[in-house]
Amino acid sequence: MPLGLSRIGVAFLLSLAVAAVLVPVLNLTVASDSTWHVSTTNVVLFGKYLCYALLALSIDLVWGYCGILSLGHGAFFALGGYAMGMHLMREIGSRGVYGNPVLPDFMVFLNWKELPWYWYGFDQFWFAALMVVLAPGALAFVFGMFAFRSRVTGVYLSIITQAMTFALLLAFFRNDMGFGGNNGLTDFKGVLGFDLQNNATRCGLFALSAIALAGGFLACRAIVSSKLGKVLVAVRDAESRTRFIGYRVEHYKLFVFTVSAMMAGVAGALYVPQVGIINPGEFAPANSIEAVIWVAVGGRGTLVGAALGALVVNVGKSWFTGALPELWLFALGGLFIFVTLFLPKGLLGLVRSRRVASAAPVEAPGEPVTVIDRQAAE
Amino acid sequence: MTELSKSLLYLDGVTVSFDGFRALNNLSLVVGHGEMRAIIGPNGAGKTTMMDVITGKTRPDKGDVLFNGERDLTKLDEAEIAELGIGRKFQRPTVFESHSVLDNIVLALEGPRGVFSSLFARLTGRECDRIDEVLATIRLSDRRDELAGSLSHGQKQWLEIGMLLAQDPALLLVDEPAAGMTDAETAETAALLRRIAETHSVVVVEHDMTFVRDLGVRVTVLHEGSVLAEGSLDQVSADERVIEVYLGR
Ligand SMILES: Nc1ncnc2c1ncn2[C@@H]1O[C@H](COP(=O)(O)OP(=O)(O)O)[C@@H](O)[C@H]1O
Ligand SMILES: [Mg+2]
Repeated sequence: MPLGLSRIGVAFLLSLAVAAVLVPVLNLTVASDSTWHVSTTNVVLFGKYLCYALLALSIDLVWGYCGILSLGHGAFFALGGYAMGMHLMREIGSRGVYGNPVLPDFMVFLNWKELPWYWYGFDQFWFAALMVVLAPGALAFVFGMFAFRSRVTGVYLSIITQAMTFALLLAFFRNDMGFGGNNGLTDFKGVLGFDLQNNATRCGLFALSAIALAGGFLACRAIVSSKLGKVLVAVRDAESRTRFIGYRVEHYKLFVFTVSAMMAGVAGALYVPQVGIINPGEFAPANSIEAVIWVAVGGRGTLVGAALGALVVNVGKSWFTGALPELWLFALGGLFIFVTLFLPKGLLGLVRSRRVASAAPVEAPGEPVTVIDRQAAE
Repeated sequence: MTELSKSLLYLDGVTVSFDGFRALNNLSLVVGHGEMRAIIGPNGAGKTTMMDVITGKTRPDKGDVLFNGERDLTKLDEAEIAELGIGRKFQRPTVFESHSVLDNIVLALEGPRGVFSSLFARLTGRECDRIDEVLATIRLSDRRDELAGSLSHGQKQWLEIGMLLAQDPALLLVDEPAAGMTDAETAETAALLRRIAETHSVVVVEHDMTFVRDLGVRVTVLHEGSVLAEGSLDQVSADERVIEVYLGR
């Protein structure tokens, strides 16, 4: 199959396509007293989860396929979010409380007279969209260049990614950074002229998130099923062996880390208009760790599993924080330990092994062995 | 300097110490173009460390390591050395266990190693033929789609030799290829290496004397990090000091 799509992968894409159409239809056209109606609250909630799923996918790409356990991907997500938030702030224009056509409210409040230079250009959507991928991408590139060239691996790498997101957390808390301090960026009005309070806009953002997730999945699939993807797995399993057959491991890591950070940035950018706020809390080290747990729960190195893990854990979280809020962190920790001990391949591993057990035709467990297509070669 | 200019691999006065312990002690060794050389020596003699130095894994404290009489290997990293044309088989077989046998060969196959060329790589017909040839040579054709992790120990050793063949380096460093093999497998491995040596230079480390005898090549005996004796197997095994080192333990 093209891109080595498994049946699970195809089912995943189909579900996303159906959700992208059906959820908006059920929200916009079905009467709110019907059992088929999907409330706007749920549209926004699930739109948010789709963004988390895209973040999980980006983590799986580096962790599951290249063995880089990043505990700082929340930073790339937040940077993408801030880039989008800056555009949404500029789009408020004179509709803000202080009515300043150029300066966002918080700058007026701080008595700033001029827009800082790094806010230039964000009034243009295309510029902000570019920054959504370039800002996290550039950070990942610079960070990765130093870390991978000095061959920092394993736990040490994980720790410095935590340090990175923590440093950004502290920086973004500061008012003089010009990103709204601890309140962050909020009170958005619209995007590209669409009112953010409008149901149709929210449905549009939901559908866009589903499309972005599908696109992210296809991009990851293309990467991992190429020869480059095989090199990544080789690095994951036997890094020094890979060097001895002539691959520059640090270049491969840098490539996949940067691509992954860009994906996380897109996820953050779609998240912000849906939740209506971005603040330094998104840089919290715990956020990044939580995202890694989604991937572990869903199944590391499976892509679909990572996305499903994000959805399942967050649905659980919503339920839990409603019913037993104090216990959520314990439940999450317990879930992580349970999965690590009993489901090393995560929920998706469970689904696959059941399918293999029930279906008679021989199918290898785990990742389908994608063989380079000989026909394509000739 | 004639020796230097004729040599493919030239080590002179190489010293490596780990926390004061000299794993290699003023080691000098010359391997000519197209030559196959066997290295023997008791455990801990420094054979693996010598390969680490040649392939850039370990930097020597002192000494010169030259390839083709000109390239200073101590200044290059692993990937650069591999690209120069030095391939290595490890003492403990290391194949990519979660890749198929075929993909292991594909990854090792000689060709561009850059990120973007890998991203868009497609196997050409010629490469496919080459892969088939390598798989046939190492007798794994019918297991090509199986995971390398599911192979037996001996088959992993062969797969690793196959990866070396696919990489097609000018110089092959082969560390204990017969370890853990049955007698029949050992004999086959020796025959395979002899065939490879017809077109490549090879340095092979081995404990198994029958194996070394099967190879029928010049032997270097390593002991405590330096060369103890060099010559044909019969010559070195008649050497007093060699007998002492091997039998004295
Ligand atoms: N990384 C290392 N750190 C400390 N000691 C080492 C290291 N590598 C090898 N040695 C020591 O160097 C000596 C030579 O080892 P090695 O080259 O593996 O021997 P051989 O391959 O001949 O059996 C041994 O005594 C070994 O313990
Ligand atoms: Mg050894």
